[in-house]
Amino acid sequence: MTGSQILLECLRLEGVETIFGYPGGAVINIYDDLAKSSIRHILPRHEQAAIHAADGFARATGKVGVAIATSGPGATNTITGLATAYMDSIPMVVITGQVPTSLIGNDAFQEADIVGITRPVTKHNYLVRDVAKLADTLKKAFYIARTGRPGPVLVDIPKDIQMARTEFSYPESVELRSYKPNYAGNPRQVDKALAMLLDSRRPLIYAGGGVTAANASALLKSVSEMARIPVTTTLMGMADMPRKHPLCLGMLGMHGTYYANMAVTQCDLLIAVGARFDDRVTGKVSAFAPHAKIIHIDIDPTSIKKNVRVDLPIVGDVQDVLSKLLGKMQERAARIDELARGNEPWIETIEGWKQAHPMAYRGSESVIKPQYVIQSLCELADEDAIVTTEVGQHQMWTAQFYDFKLPRTFLTSGGLGTMGFGLPGALGAQAAYPQRQVIDISGDGSFQMNSQELATLVQYRLPVKIVILNNNFLGMVRQWQQLFFDKCYSQTCLSSPIDFVKLAEAYGAVGLRAQHPGEVRDVIRQAFATDGPVIMEFKVAREENVLPMVPAGAGLDEMILL
Amino acid sequence: MTHTISVLLENEFGVLSRVSGLFSGRGFNIESLNVAPTLDPSVSRMTIVTSGDDAILEQITKQLNKLIDVIKVIDFTGQDFVEREMALIKVSADDASRAETLRIVDIFRAKVVDVTPRSYTVEVTGAPSKVNAMIELVRPLGIKEVVRSGPIVMGRGA
Repeated sequence: MTGSQILLECLRLEGVETIFGYPGGAVINIYDDLAKSSIRHILPRHEQAAIHAADGFARATGKVGVAIATSGPGATNTITGLATAYMDSIPMVVITGQVPTSLIGNDAFQEADIVGITRPVTKHNYLVRDVAKLADTLKKAFYIARTGRPGPVLVDIPKDIQMARTEFSYPESVELRSYKPNYAGNPRQVDKALAMLLDSRRPLIYAGGGVTAANASALLKSVSEMARIPVTTTLMGMADMPRKHPLCLGMLGMHGTYYANMAVTQCDLLIAVGARFDDRVTGKVSAFAPHAKIIHIDIDPTSIKKNVRVDLPIVGDVQDVLSKLLGKMQERAARIDELARGNEPWIETIEGWKQAHPMAYRGSESVIKPQYVIQSLCELADEDAIVTTEVGQHQMWTAQFYDFKLPRTFLTSGGLGTMGFGLPGALGAQAAYPQRQVIDISGDGSFQMNSQELATLVQYRLPVKIVILNNNFLGMVRQWQQLFFDKCYSQTCLSSPIDFVKLAEAYGAVGLRAQHPGEVRDVIRQAFATDGPVIMEFKVAREENVLPMVPAGAGLDEMILL
Repeated sequence: MTHTISVLLENEFGVLSRVSGLFSGRGFNIESLNVAPTLDPSVSRMTIVTSGDDAILEQITKQLNKLIDVIKVIDFTGQDFVEREMALIKVSADDASRAETLRIVDIFRAKVVDVTPRSYTVEVTGAPSKVNAMIELVRPLGIKEVVRSGPIVMGRGA
């Protein structure tokens, strides 16, 4: 078989049914063989969208997302998408074409040292110089992408390797002596965790994206319920604990809920599960959870003790560690019961905080408040709707006001905060689940970063419902300029009068607009009832702020409140 | 505080770049770096001298271990080890200082490996402190050029 045929056969053997990519000279052989293969290929209008779509596909399904780009500019267009996936630990394999091996290093046409450029933003990458090693390399790439702490892997294949022939054999399994991720948490550490839990009076679980990656949301709920431990989630862990669950405190951190941040500041035991103490979460580190002992459960040892001192590290897969912990809790059921009852005063204190400062905003009869749109979407959308967001104020409002119930229904760029992720991410999620409702919540700024993907949605009949909260501003930066730079709105005014309805129609999609609060719910209902992709433009209040807010350098309990 | 770390890695194309990229990307300091294949030609050994407090050293060790190509990381801080470095020193040597130079070479059990009417090139091997001492001693005589290899390290015992 040729290298190109080997690539497609390996994808098939790895269970890949859908890929996203953009052709070019360095991958034309692959695309020729692709036309004769049964793999479904979706063609976006920019390589960045191809990567984000593969990313959205992976976030929604838990499978490895796959994308293909050509050499040179095609490959360099994948960098932002790779960095996005790398920061959020999303399993992906990205194939780039490369100039023939004899031309590498020669400043050839459309040549770029993509392996060199993407080293810091991929979990690992490969340049294949020998077609006999191609199958093995791809097997390793998939293995690395999906195991341990997942991440994107790039495989660069020169054109002559794609055309070269060799005997094909796909290894049954792969073993890397230099990479052996540790899934099993040390049972003695788990024992210590149980002891610390039984000793606590004000415990709190802080759950992040690792719970999603480990598919451990049911276990999280069981541990929380059994011992009546309140749970706060990060942006990445949001959908792993039903928002309306009585023990769920919503998001913590810079734009977290008042009660979640107060709970972190007052707790005496913080159990971090699959989260990495990011600076958006901790605020001023010296003031973070000052009274708490900290247990940190994570599959990646580098995340432990990186930002915050930890009293009990447990390296392991969240699913493994939580099920061991739950088992031990069940063995000591009577003591756990006692603990649960002992937590009542703590839960009441938190309830008091909830009453004092619930998530709220100033409503209006005359102008559409963006938070109102989010709430209405939540009420009218399907239970299992998948929501993607872009980045900015609308992303934070979605995290604050949309009540997620099921895992893998909130797909957002957390670590890198990439504007332009939402629309192609939604595209990928819709390609994975054609029958489910997929909603992309966007600002007017972010939407324009990958708006060309409207064409892809229409071509492949992907009925994504796009929400544009249009305030004609780069909202989040404007908020910072208002609060910290004396309202000097430098370069944040997106004043061009774009008609998003006409834009949708220009691409062959449906466009709807609401300008007054009374129109909001009707527009949403109409959009949800429409077949095919829809843009819903909401002209919202121009200078609305995301609150609460923990200013940079402040502790979590020093929030600016409504 | 300086630390010496020995890293065993897959002898793959680009692996040196991965390690140096890791250090520069995370702001870790490389004082010296030495790399060569081991007895197993598929495995390379890299000896890195870095500096930083304990927390930094812990992060460096963990981040190195996280690299897919890294097989093992050995931190020699606090352990018994043999450390050796080599330097080539081109020393000015006119009629007045020639004899003194040779005396110093003899004291350090170093070797003269090149001679010209105005210079000696001296090869010295030993613990980094010995190499430092030799360089300081010949400095007043006039050093034209120095090339150091950076330390290599091996644990003591069986």
